[in-house]
Amino acid sequence: MIYDIKNETLPREDLEKLQLRRLQALCERVYATVPFYKKSFDEKGVKPQDIKSLKDLTRLPFTVKQDLRDQYPFGLFSVPKDQIVRIHSSSGTTGTATVVGYTKRDIQNWGELMARAFMAAGASASDTVHNSYGYGLFTGGLGVHYGAETLGATVVPISGGATRRQVALLKDFAPDVICATPSYALFLAETGKEMGIDIKDLPLRVGIFGAEPWTNEMRLEIEQKLGIKAIDIYGLSEIMGPGVAIECLEAQDGLHIQEDHFLAETINPETGEPVGPGEEGELVFTTLTKEGIPLIRYRTRDLTSLNTAPCKCGRTTARMKRISGRSDDMLIIRGVNVFPSQIESILIKTEGLTPHYQLIVDRQANLDTLEVHVEVNESIFSDEIKNLQRVESKVMKNIKEFLGVTAKVKLVSPKEIERSTGKAKRIIDKRKEG
Amino acid sequence: MKVDQLSIFLENRAGRLAEVTRILSEAGVNIRALSLADTSDFGILRLIVSDFTKAKDTLKEAGFTVGRTSVVAVEVSDVPGGLNAILTMLQESGINVEYMYAFVQQSGNSAVLIFRFDRTDQGIELLHKNNIATIPGDTLYAM
Repeated sequence: MIYDIKNETLPREDLEKLQLRRLQALCERVYATVPFYKKSFDEKGVKPQDIKSLKDLTRLPFTVKQDLRDQYPFGLFSVPKDQIVRIHSSSGTTGTATVVGYTKRDIQNWGELMARAFMAAGASASDTVHNSYGYGLFTGGLGVHYGAETLGATVVPISGGATRRQVALLKDFAPDVICATPSYALFLAETGKEMGIDIKDLPLRVGIFGAEPWTNEMRLEIEQKLGIKAIDIYGLSEIMGPGVAIECLEAQDGLHIQEDHFLAETINPETGEPVGPGEEGELVFTTLTKEGIPLIRYRTRDLTSLNTAPCKCGRTTARMKRISGRSDDMLIIRGVNVFPSQIESILIKTEGLTPHYQLIVDRQANLDTLEVHVEVNESIFSDEIKNLQRVESKVMKNIKEFLGVTAKVKLVSPKEIERSTGKAKRIIDKRKEG
Repeated sequence: MKVDQLSIFLENRAGRLAEVTRILSEAGVNIRALSLADTSDFGILRLIVSDFTKAKDTLKEAGFTVGRTSVVAVEVSDVPGGLNAILTMLQESGINVEYMYAFVQQSGNSAVLIFRFDRTDQGIELLHKNNIATIPGDTLYAM
């Protein structure tokens, strides 16, 4: 089933015409309204009127996450503040938050795109949607919520946490669709088992999963343990939120990008040069219709490849492969973005040291775990156990406070952390090996 | 009157302690007294050795995190109540013992107590005021 037949099945040629028209209007608009873009266009020696075909896209400057941080909070907004009806933000109590704003029209578009996503996943207006994504500054909860309402479905806005209650409501309200992080879905299944409720036996039919990296093996496990179809959804707050791309139930083979709203490219992360279709590269988005905070060639750091071949579901939009990794070292831990540099700055702030450290990420009982190994050096070393334990708990507390992530902090001997010849290996992500 | 104690950070892993003793033995350093404190993740090895500087340097070179702590050594008669008398005296004057360990001398009939006080100088002063002799570092290292 397709929600917006006209726009989701446009012949490639018509789609590209629409994209070009929107891109040209976008360039005019950001050049005139966002000083940051006027400056970056000028620096690249490109004027909005130079964009004559989609090929000219590569003449435009990139936007990176740091630009959003530098312009914190509202510097990249393209409309006056009174037209912004909602603000979302990444976790950024360390002062590195990225803030995005939506106009009324943006919220409406987002709802439409999420409604498309729901329908691609096999949901319909008569379904009930159990929404376990967190509500708040994180885009997951509200994004899904408005999409389900736009579709005309019934939403259960349970948000995250209170897992036993969630299981009870899955049984009592008998939803057809669940939206959650993949790891949380498995956690629900396990909690259900403990409570004597096998989610497999409930009417639940489809799950829409995103906000953290997952593998195909995990998909199979979810499908088997919950007795549902597991659909991969992709989004990021800088571009919109959930619903930027979604798998279709028919093929479950790549995520359809909503190309009439988002112009997607893949580039070589080192050189910035475009890579060909089917080749892996960094995903780059240009928001074609966004009013609040339109972005030109935003580098997502996510690695994938694009496929423009028609899909058996009937959609003509390009499909992106499941994200295979990141071109930087960002970690997603239980839906929270964590950069090693953030941990580093916490370590430095905590004890005034520049330590060697390593992050060990794993998944235990289907939940992400983070262990921070910190080398003991002479400035924190003490002959008393309690002093060292105080260091551990202080770091733990600060990570929780600044990043919102619970980490286990472990002091290790200096030689314990492997020294590589070049860049230190900061991350061991065991989730990828599973 | 203080004694230099070497403290070494040890991860809880098989063979770590043996690595320390091997390094010290190869350097010709003799261990006079030893105490090991541990948690589930790590341990702290505390040593009094025949040659503090040599032990410290070789262990550091081998990549260990080491520290120097001033402790106080006291010789007490190896009879019931010997330790108790000292602890009572410390308690009455409000000096806290962070940790302690002891060893019995092979030759004599006395025991050596190693104290780590929260206030080292006041601890020594109190002991001396009560006519309890402390063992100088040089004597202990060469015992």
